[in-house]
Amino acid sequence: MNKYLERLYNGIIKENPTLILMLGMCPTLAVSTRAVNGLGMGLSTTAVLIFSNLVISLVRKIIPDQVRLPAYIVIVASLVTVTELLIEAYLPSLYDALGLYIPLIVVNCIILGRAEAYASKNPPLLSVMDGLGMGLGFTAALTLAGLVRELLGNGSIFGFRLLPESIEPIAIFAKPPGAFLVIALFIAILNMIGIKTRQRKLVEEDCCGNCAACANRCEKAQEGGTE
Amino acid sequence: MKSMIMIIIGTALVNNVVLSQFLGICSFLGVSRQIKPAIGLGVSVIFVITISSAVTSLLYNYLLKPYGLDYMKTILFILVIAALVQGVEMFLKKKSPPLYRALGIYLPLITTNCAVLGVALTNVQNGYTFGQSVISGFGTAVGYTIAMVLLAAIRSRIREEDIPAPLRGAPIVLIAAALMSMAFMGFSQLSL
Repeated sequence: MNKYLERLYNGIIKENPTLILMLGMCPTLAVSTRAVNGLGMGLSTTAVLIFSNLVISLVRKIIPDQVRLPAYIVIVASLVTVTELLIEAYLPSLYDALGLYIPLIVVNCIILGRAEAYASKNPPLLSVMDGLGMGLGFTAALTLAGLVRELLGNGSIFGFRLLPESIEPIAIFAKPPGAFLVIALFIAILNMIGIKTRQRKLVEEDCCGNCAACANRCEKAQEGGTE
Repeated sequence: MKSMIMIIIGTALVNNVVLSQFLGICSFLGVSRQIKPAIGLGVSVIFVITISSAVTSLLYNYLLKPYGLDYMKTILFILVIAALVQGVEMFLKKKSPPLYRALGIYLPLITTNCAVLGVALTNVQNGYTFGQSVISGFGTAVGYTIAMVLLAAIRSRIREEDIPAPLRGAPIVLIAAALMSMAFMGFSQLSL
């Protein structure tokens, strides 16, 4: 397969950041109340991810190794601020719905994780494709979670009412506990059909919490595997 | 005084940072295997969030707001938090080795914990004064600790149980978190 298309496939299916790598759980749980919010959040993160991968890949030979993490954080934070201002100006309803979670894209594990694990070692075009693939994988997972929660919690999909009035929607799915339940259900289904997720690693090894350390460790695990 | 208590109860219980706002989920799931590390991380988080709320509130009210640099807040806050955690780590290592041994391993985990940045941004959004920011930071971190220690206690019991194969690992932990979240929803009726 073409190596650029391979990056897309890798991000969307093989190493789906949310469902397989279990990164970026905070926004997944928080904004999946409605499908349209999930889609908006996913696409905003995709935009940031593409540009952060591009910029970091371009400057990867200039930044000294010791200060690379602060440098990445500044790059990502600047891009997130630009995105936030653009959303505020052109999509005010999405801005109100996502609120606090737009600036929090900065601390999304996926972005720093990809910067550290991929963009800092690969040429710009491949990094852009990697960002696009990962971003679309994240968007797909968020939208899917949003669809399930909106259908069960509101009886609608993308705002169109599907269930007849006589069927009372299960309101708890639109509330915080529903987020935990739906994601638990997704992972349980993946487990059942035998797809290996990284969850054991995340839950058992105190991975994550620190994205950079997490990216390093996952990468080391991968290198160890190929040797 | 009454408003301060309201802020603490509101941030710690009613709008629990983990269970209703979904901030800091990674470490909530990652470090809640046993009770002891959960308490260790919780105390470190209380320490760091309280200090970072104070610092970011001062910076926002006396630097960003007067000069109309509101849009710089995300960049400034994340850098301040990263530097602050490093600073606290170095200070503790030098001045209080016992405390450093207890909290040290958790401090680097906190830099990218989204709860820290989340609290700083929420304080600004709500237009809190310096005192209110510190109190709300403290309350949020206490809520985080409560949720994490409770989950750790639940997980130490789950481990002995016979769980259906597909639910083993993350799903059962998330279901436990969902039930806790339902219980915490009860606090939303709480009003002083």
